Amino acid sequence: MAVVQDVHGHGHDDHHPTGIMRWVCTTNHKDIGTMYLWFSFAMFLVGGFLAMGIRAELFMPGIQILEPELFNSFTTLHGLIMVFGAIMPAFVGLANWQVPMMIGAPDMAFARMNNWSFWILPVAATLLVSSFFVPGGAAAGGWTFYPPLSTQGGMGVDMMIFAVHLLGASSIMGAINIITTILNMRAPGMTLMKMPLFVWTWLITAYLLVLVMPVLAGTVTMLLTDRNFGTSFFNAAGGGDPVLFQHIFWFFGHPEVYIMILPAFGVVSEIIPTFSRKPLFGYSSMVYATASIAILSCVVWAHHMFTVGMPSVGQLFFMYATMLIAVPTGVKVFNWTATMWRGSMTFEVPMLFSIGFIFLFVIGGFSGVICAIVPIDIQVQETYYVIAHFHYVLVSGALFAIFGAVYYWLPKWCGRMYDEKLGKWHFWLSMFFFNLTFFVQHFLGLAGMPRRVPDYALQFADFNMVSSIGGFGFGLTQLFFLYIVIKCIRSGEKAADKPWEGGTTLEWTLPSPAPYHSFETPPTIK
Amino acid sequence: MSSKSVATRVGAALLTFYSSLAMSSKYNFPEPQSAIAQDVYDQHIFAMWICLAIFIAVFGVMFYSILKHRKSLGYKAANFHHSTLVEIIWTAIPCAILVVMALPATKTVLAMKDTSEPDITIKVTGYQWMWGYDYLQGEGEGISFYSKLSTPRAQIENKEPKGENYLLEVDNNLVVPVGKKVRVIVTANDVIHAWWVPAFSVKQDAIPGFVRDAWFKADRTGIFRGQCTELCGKDHGFMPIVVEVVEPEKYAQWVADKQKASASAMTTAALN
Repeated sequence: MAVVQDVHGHGHDDHHPTGIMRWVCTTNHKDIGTMYLWFSFAMFLVGGFLAMGIRAELFMPGIQILEPELFNSFTTLHGLIMVFGAIMPAFVGLANWQVPMMIGAPDMAFARMNNWSFWILPVAATLLVSSFFVPGGAAAGGWTFYPPLSTQGGMGVDMMIFAVHLLGASSIMGAINIITTILNMRAPGMTLMKMPLFVWTWLITAYLLVLVMPVLAGTVTMLLTDRNFGTSFFNAAGGGDPVLFQHIFWFFGHPEVYIMILPAFGVVSEIIPTFSRKPLFGYSSMVYATASIAILSCVVWAHHMFTVGMPSVGQLFFMYATMLIAVPTGVKVFNWTATMWRGSMTFEVPMLFSIGFIFLFVIGGFSGVICAIVPIDIQVQETYYVIAHFHYVLVSGALFAIFGAVYYWLPKWCGRMYDEKLGKWHFWLSMFFFNLTFFVQHFLGLAGMPRRVPDYALQFADFNMVSSIGGFGFGLTQLFFLYIVIKCIRSGEKAADKPWEGGTTLEWTLPSPAPYHSFETPPTIK
Repeated sequence: MSSKSVATRVGAALLTFYSSLAMSSKYNFPEPQSAIAQDVYDQHIFAMWICLAIFIAVFGVMFYSILKHRKSLGYKAANFHHSTLVEIIWTAIPCAILVVMALPATKTVLAMKDTSEPDITIKVTGYQWMWGYDYLQGEGEGISFYSKLSTPRAQIENKEPKGENYLLEVDNNLVVPVGKKVRVIVTANDVIHAWWVPAFSVKQDAIPGFVRDAWFKADRTGIFRGQCTELCGKDHGFMPIVVEVVEPEKYAQWVADKQKASASAMTTAALN
């Protein structure tokens, strides 16, 4: 969608195969970014379909449409697909499109590896989705697949393990590519501390990915050999330790949470100054806060395990470390607020999603602090309270930031404006239905409804019905988003090179849509 | 006024009172039944007040700004973008707030871990999909039984109307005396489960091959319900926990009945 006649007079490099081969063989960061974004949207719909199934079963007490085992497969695959198939690839797609343009580079550093890291994804997705149709069904041990339960499942579990291997390999390649691009290909004069914050957050995220994805690969491999080759890494009867799995998993899993939220912080840190027409407040403290969050995220993993029976010293250490994360996160929120303060604000859709992000992410942050407090966490662990908490940070956090980013950069990507009125509808409907779905889940959790159950006691019935109605509404709203994007690409109004008055980063110096090869001659940064 | 209408009014008033109680526990933790659970309840409320204060402060400023500092009102943007002093202040204040929240929590953590000198020790074993209870020490030593969901299958499959304690009822309640320190030793036979009774604020993962412990001391008699809270397979949602807290005399009676029953079962087995 981004093929355009070159404006600088050196269009000879714009040759590329056409049709399907363009996409299969491409080494262009924009084409690959586009594929990442469409892939993640497709996965978002698959994961969303599973979520609709979950909410439909939970609409009323009793078993209606999903038998318990299938229900467990739905929750498991919903989690895996949304985390590894929707949110992470969407951010990699944004990085592919934006990082080279924002640092004044012509492309990513490793163009062929870039192609490969994308094309691994559909294979992994096929493994995950098709595991529903093999004997024994899809993995049903939760997206955290704790053994010994995950040693019990059928072939679907092995398919899931291979899918995780592939997704991990893809992420590592993508991360190395992003690190190399950022460290080596910045335009002359762009020192690290002049980089746009989106680039900074992605640099730190990429380091986290390189650090923790191999750990996940290791642990799923141990699970694979436990399942198929008679080892006993996680089997107490053979001298192993089921809790060891949880430690290794969460050593990956907690930084993973920040892998999904740091680029969102970056997106919001670009959008808020643009629409406040005012520079970001406390740029350097934002960078340091991001780095502190990343470092702290590696020493808090066992707060997911407060009920396994750690010694009290362990519980206290992980409680204090976890609570400490609230400090740099708070600094970020205060900086965004200070950026808006005495700005000259307008409220186009990207800004709405960013403000929605801050508002709801802070609620998720509050419930995060509450979950960090060990005695309270012991009550809410594995209940709907936790479900509410992490959907507040992952849906109204990561996902809202992705929506904001898409609206913000779509004019640059396809040279056309989205429909502002429809975009506002998308925002307000998402906002309403999201809260309808997840706010009541806090109450369900406090009152004692466990997560991952296909059926529940009668006192939870009304909130579950409210939550299901909200869920269906939220799902339908996202189909509306698809319509808005297609309408924009097909028939949106022509976008100016710099459609947002307050935009200051390098991509706005390029024509809209951005040429197939941008910045063949690097710009100079003052 | 006839006696009948008085009864109706009193009944209606009681019903309103009861349902308002139900309303409040719907939005919050269940009513605490032990000192630890009371601590947890209070800390949660305290943390909520702190969150509310921060929420109002941060979003008060933000929404004031959103309302006043708009381009449509002709507001001209300022250009400040840095202040080390402000950054230090808003790093230090959250740190102080966190210390205030962490202190009482630390005390409770240490108290929750103190399983020493119990009056009664019970081993809890998670199975796919039921609980096993073995009284190891104290009054009732030697009693051992399984506890399974007693809700009929037909209710789950929507063929019969659902009962009041749908999915939260078992065939054999765990019976303990009121005011006694009960230590539970938790383990599992197959996969990981978790034993949770919200009213006592006790939740402990049951891990196969490992034993972990926790404790509770119930303040009041009554029946308190919980559920397995670690995904353990197909019937994870169908293995509830019911703890029946009784007066010491009634407990002694229950122990005697149980021991007599198991003795007669042994005799029958021996005779056969």
